[in-house]
Amino acid sequence: MAAVAVQSASSSRTHPPITILKRTREDLPLSQTKFLKKTARGKVLTFLRERYVRDDIPCGFESCRHCDAFPGHRPVLPDVGYRAHMKYTGKEGHYLVIDTNIVLHQMDLLAALPKTLPLIVPSTTIRETRHRSLPLYNRLQELVKDEDRIVWVWWNEERRETATVEEQGESINDRNDRAIRNTLIFYAAHLTISASKPPQLIMLSDDKGNRALAEAEGLLAVSAREYVDGLVPTEREKLVDLVVGGVDALGDGERRGRRIYDEYLSQDDLNAGVKSGRLHQGHFNASQYNYLEGTVRVMSLDKPVLLVGREAMNRSVDGDVVVVEIFPKSEWKAPGSEVLDQDLALKDDDADDDEDAGVTEEEKRAAAREKVEAEEAAKRKPRDVLPTGKVVGVIKRNWRAYVCHVDRSSLSAAALTSLSQQTIFATPLSRSLPRIRLRTRQAPSLIDQKILVTIDQWLPSSRYPDGHFVRALGKVESKEAEQESLLLEYEVPYRPFGKAILDCLPKEGDSWVVPPKKEGDVVWRDREDLRDLVICSIDPPGCQDIDDALHARPLPNGNIEAGVHIADVSHFVHSANPMDSEAASRGTTVYLVDKRIDMLPALLGTNLCSLRPFVERLAFSVIWELTPTGEIVNERFVKSVIASKEAFTYEAAQVRKDDKSLNDPLTMGIRLLNTLAIALKKNRIKAGALSLSSPELKIHLDSSESAEPIDVEQKQPRETNSLVEEFMLLANISVARKIQDSFPGTAVLRRHAPPPKTNFDGLNDLLLKRKGVQLDVSSNGALAKSLDECVDPANPDFNTLVRIMATRCMLSAEYFCSGSVSKDGYGHYGLASPIYTHFTSPIRRYADVLAHRQLSAAIGYSPLHPTLQSKQHVDKTLSVVNKRHRLAQMAGRASVEFYVGLALKARGAKVVASGKKRGIMEEAFVIRVFKNGMAVFISKLGLEGLITFTKSTHTFDEENYSLSLPKPEGGNVDVSVFDKVMVGVTIEKDKNTQRGKVVMRLVGPVDSDDL
Amino acid sequence: MASSSRLEILNDGGLRHDARRPYELRSMSFHLSPHPTADGSATVTQGLTTVSVSVFGPREPRQRSSSSHDRAVIAVEVGVAPWAGTGAQRRARGDKRLAEVGASIRQTFEPVVMTHLYPRSELFINVQVVSADGGILPTAINATTLALVDAGIAMLDYISSVSIGLHLTQPLLDLSAPEEMDLPVLVVASLPNSGKITLAQMETRLHVDRFEEMLVLGVEACKVLKTEMEEYVKERTGKVVQRMSLAVEGAKGLQAGFIDGGR
Repeated sequence: MAAVAVQSASSSRTHPPITILKRTREDLPLSQTKFLKKTARGKVLTFLRERYVRDDIPCGFESCRHCDAFPGHRPVLPDVGYRAHMKYTGKEGHYLVIDTNIVLHQMDLLAALPKTLPLIVPSTTIRETRHRSLPLYNRLQELVKDEDRIVWVWWNEERRETATVEEQGESINDRNDRAIRNTLIFYAAHLTISASKPPQLIMLSDDKGNRALAEAEGLLAVSAREYVDGLVPTEREKLVDLVVGGVDALGDGERRGRRIYDEYLSQDDLNAGVKSGRLHQGHFNASQYNYLEGTVRVMSLDKPVLLVGREAMNRSVDGDVVVVEIFPKSEWKAPGSEVLDQDLALKDDDADDDEDAGVTEEEKRAAAREKVEAEEAAKRKPRDVLPTGKVVGVIKRNWRAYVCHVDRSSLSAAALTSLSQQTIFATPLSRSLPRIRLRTRQAPSLIDQKILVTIDQWLPSSRYPDGHFVRALGKVESKEAEQESLLLEYEVPYRPFGKAILDCLPKEGDSWVVPPKKEGDVVWRDREDLRDLVICSIDPPGCQDIDDALHARPLPNGNIEAGVHIADVSHFVHSANPMDSEAASRGTTVYLVDKRIDMLPALLGTNLCSLRPFVERLAFSVIWELTPTGEIVNERFVKSVIASKEAFTYEAAQVRKDDKSLNDPLTMGIRLLNTLAIALKKNRIKAGALSLSSPELKIHLDSSESAEPIDVEQKQPRETNSLVEEFMLLANISVARKIQDSFPGTAVLRRHAPPPKTNFDGLNDLLLKRKGVQLDVSSNGALAKSLDECVDPANPDFNTLVRIMATRCMLSAEYFCSGSVSKDGYGHYGLASPIYTHFTSPIRRYADVLAHRQLSAAIGYSPLHPTLQSKQHVDKTLSVVNKRHRLAQMAGRASVEFYVGLALKARGAKVVASGKKRGIMEEAFVIRVFKNGMAVFISKLGLEGLITFTKSTHTFDEENYSLSLPKPEGGNVDVSVFDKVMVGVTIEKDKNTQRGKVVMRLVGPVDSDDL
Repeated sequence: MASSSRLEILNDGGLRHDARRPYELRSMSFHLSPHPTADGSATVTQGLTTVSVSVFGPREPRQRSSSSHDRAVIAVEVGVAPWAGTGAQRRARGDKRLAEVGASIRQTFEPVVMTHLYPRSELFINVQVVSADGGILPTAINATTLALVDAGIAMLDYISSVSIGLHLTQPLLDLSAPEEMDLPVLVVASLPNSGKITLAQMETRLHVDRFEEMLVLGVEACKVLKTEMEEYVKERTGKVVQRMSLAVEGAKGLQAGFIDGGR
């Protein structure tokens, strides 16, 4: 039992000496902090934390003679401070000391301050920010770490001279303010020791009380507005619009506006209400079609809660987590059947004084109409009526910076040239956001620009949220501005990779090669030599990041050996280094039409990892023995070295396969793969896999330089596309099974939950009434079968259209950690596979990198990093990856949309020039009808658009999804959902926002101009 | 859960939440013989953790059955004062965690105390945690060493002990309670003169590459602690000796006076 005494190894590393901190008697008041905390159960706990004060905290002053020996001292603060200020004109310049409220409210300003302006950030400010808002804390950290800036963190609470203790009856805020003021006192005294004339110290604070106290103590203090106003004009111009509020926050009662919105309930009431089930919590979704309508999906109800009107939406912005109260059933309504465009309806609103502005005409009409509709709704079938309610509180704002245009109509004619401060509206790019009011002095230069605006607050007395200008992105419709705005709008991280990340790359750079095979080489350890296999890759044209390569060869026993070889990214990207964390936060590579935002640095993505032909590359291989009918006899996973023999495009591979005259091993391999793929696909379809459809477009760019004349065409899938797809699916499924087997708690998997049956109600009703068919949604197999039967012989595109609409009824697939979901929830509905993961594209998807690491551990190649054994960590990482994946898809789609717009513009210009006013004629399908218009879908362009009627000469049959339109020559013609119509497409510039807008007109069977 | 905590283990200035640097131990104080009824006792305070240890023995074992014919047996009892602020609910009697702390202390001292000098007897060690802010076990071990010294029990060497945590790749010495909650902890007790380790205890997972570095650091920290303890013991003994000699002289003087008076 006795513990064994072992001789410890001698230390080879040097480290600072181990010391015991001795506390002196005078430190005693500063030795402990005591605080109380309330637990979730309401019990109050007392916490006592020890605390030391030090004398070796460095001050960061360049020529300080006292602090230079202290650990962590860097000569950051220059001898001469910032001098380009008109009020503080001392020869030695000045430093700014930042108060917490500046970080909390003026972060954009802080980040834009001149880089040569020295900032001192007391640790009190950092700590308070961390406590109040983590995102702002992260931005502050970025600022502090920025090497180009002069920022010094002063650990004031840790240094003896500036440490503070809460005094009797003093609030925490007062204490923190005092701590920051102490910093100023300390620095002023401390700097005089080393410099005869030190720079001035100025406290930047928007807290009136704190400033007054500072002045009483003989310190300099200034508000953000005042400070920016005093800067030299060149700087002031840049910064003046970034100042939030402009004046100190008004106290209660000072702002006497008419209250437009109800106040939110207190946080405690909200929590209690949600807990008791009286209130419901969910994400707010603004309607795309009607700015006065929104929905909230809540857990407890299977239908979303409808919010009708401004008051009910109560200042929530798309994406916020809100709490709603549901009205009694008698007040429930159905979603409106009319299109309501905010830009049109509110074009006369005055940005300056909307507090007094009455309700606009349009809104009055909307209110009246709502009443009528509510009565109508009661008559309707209960299916249409949704639970209706109103927002009573916001749990979490999801505000970010929004890309906007300046609304020209909110500028007076005189204002177009004036440089005075004025209030204007910014219209966000996204239709689901309200207009944002902002104050600016550079309105004239902002017109025709895309600008970034953040929302600061939304007061109950203000119809619109107040925001401030962050920066201009560039001219509207310039390629750069559009691209950047797209990336910002979908939160794609697009900054170049930092030094710490690039340091993780192999030192050899692009001259890295697989070392020659020899015993004991680290790279070759446990790697199989597959260099002799006839392996090739098949990818879209122009693909540089080649993730996957394939091979197949017949075996003597009549079976076939097939292999999928995936780039061995986990060999280069190790767990938990800077490159790995960057890749984890990027989550995926984002493909835009003319740009690719990489997840991994280009050296890896397009070179070292990419399975380029004719060179040796490291791979992770999945090798099966398959029967000719595609049954797996045997599978194995191995790290390997391969040398791809050819990189085909889909087209080239197809040609090669079909060329009967060729019989070389490569061609034979492709043919073998193809026959197997056909067998695999048959098996999959038999198991109930769906073939869904979403329009995929290909954009032809004239050259990479110009964005101008381009063409759009729909992608043509080839046999070889399906070949690659089948083997990737097979590899993913095999890997999923293996890693789930080895790590049942933390395997990285992907699932696609079956859609709730009610999702198809609308579509089925539509199909029944219009076409007399129904989709069987009882299982994925049944759905696949009924989709196949959904054909209209007269209209071949009908099937595609139904597939697109069915796809929209489904849930989206997501990554998950196997330990967080019960085993029945693993299935992939669309692929009809009981288990699935992503393994085959580690260069462009982070989940695949994780799967690689887990598979590598599962085959005993390398130990599994601890982070991949923690369920919480995997869950957290995957939720980021899921979000990035979704946003990347949206960004890609938006990019295509933008180019389609450009292409149409180019084509349209020619058409209009040739005398046809209606623009390009295209066939379109009606996909939805409204009381005053219809939504159409042009499958050739993958474009959805709205056609609105201004006159009401038509009749609307909601029951049968039909509109009856009067013909000019008399009589009526019915247009219903699924009908084919002719539309004219033009691009028109919105006069207000200068934004190019796709405008559609109905051309046939009747002209919508007359409606 | 570590991620939900807003405590910053090590900030950008290289300071811990209580403004120590990674290799700094908490303020420390010792007190010998606070309990005169025991054969030896000591109270050690490290930061806000205070542990008081009393040693009884060598004495006749209370239970004959537990004695050994060739050496002394060590028995350890651990108690926590209700106000110690361990954050946990009231400890029931026979608490497993406390029993484990006791067993660790017993195992630490068994190879170091020269038990063969005291055959058929018992050494009873009573550990009382007076206040807790992390590092109960190392503080208790340090206090036990001093109490044994105070009781005059023969030992091979001092035993000093320290806890070592790991934040990312940075080892931290002498953890406080909030740090202990968030970090993997290694407790090392060693014989500082020879560098031998008598206890290395870990309850959390740790990467094997970091282990050696932490262990070595722990042993070094133990040496620093031992110097501090020895200094205190010598100083106090010096004082006691001085007081004794004073007392002897005083007694002599008194005697002389008495004799004088008697004359």
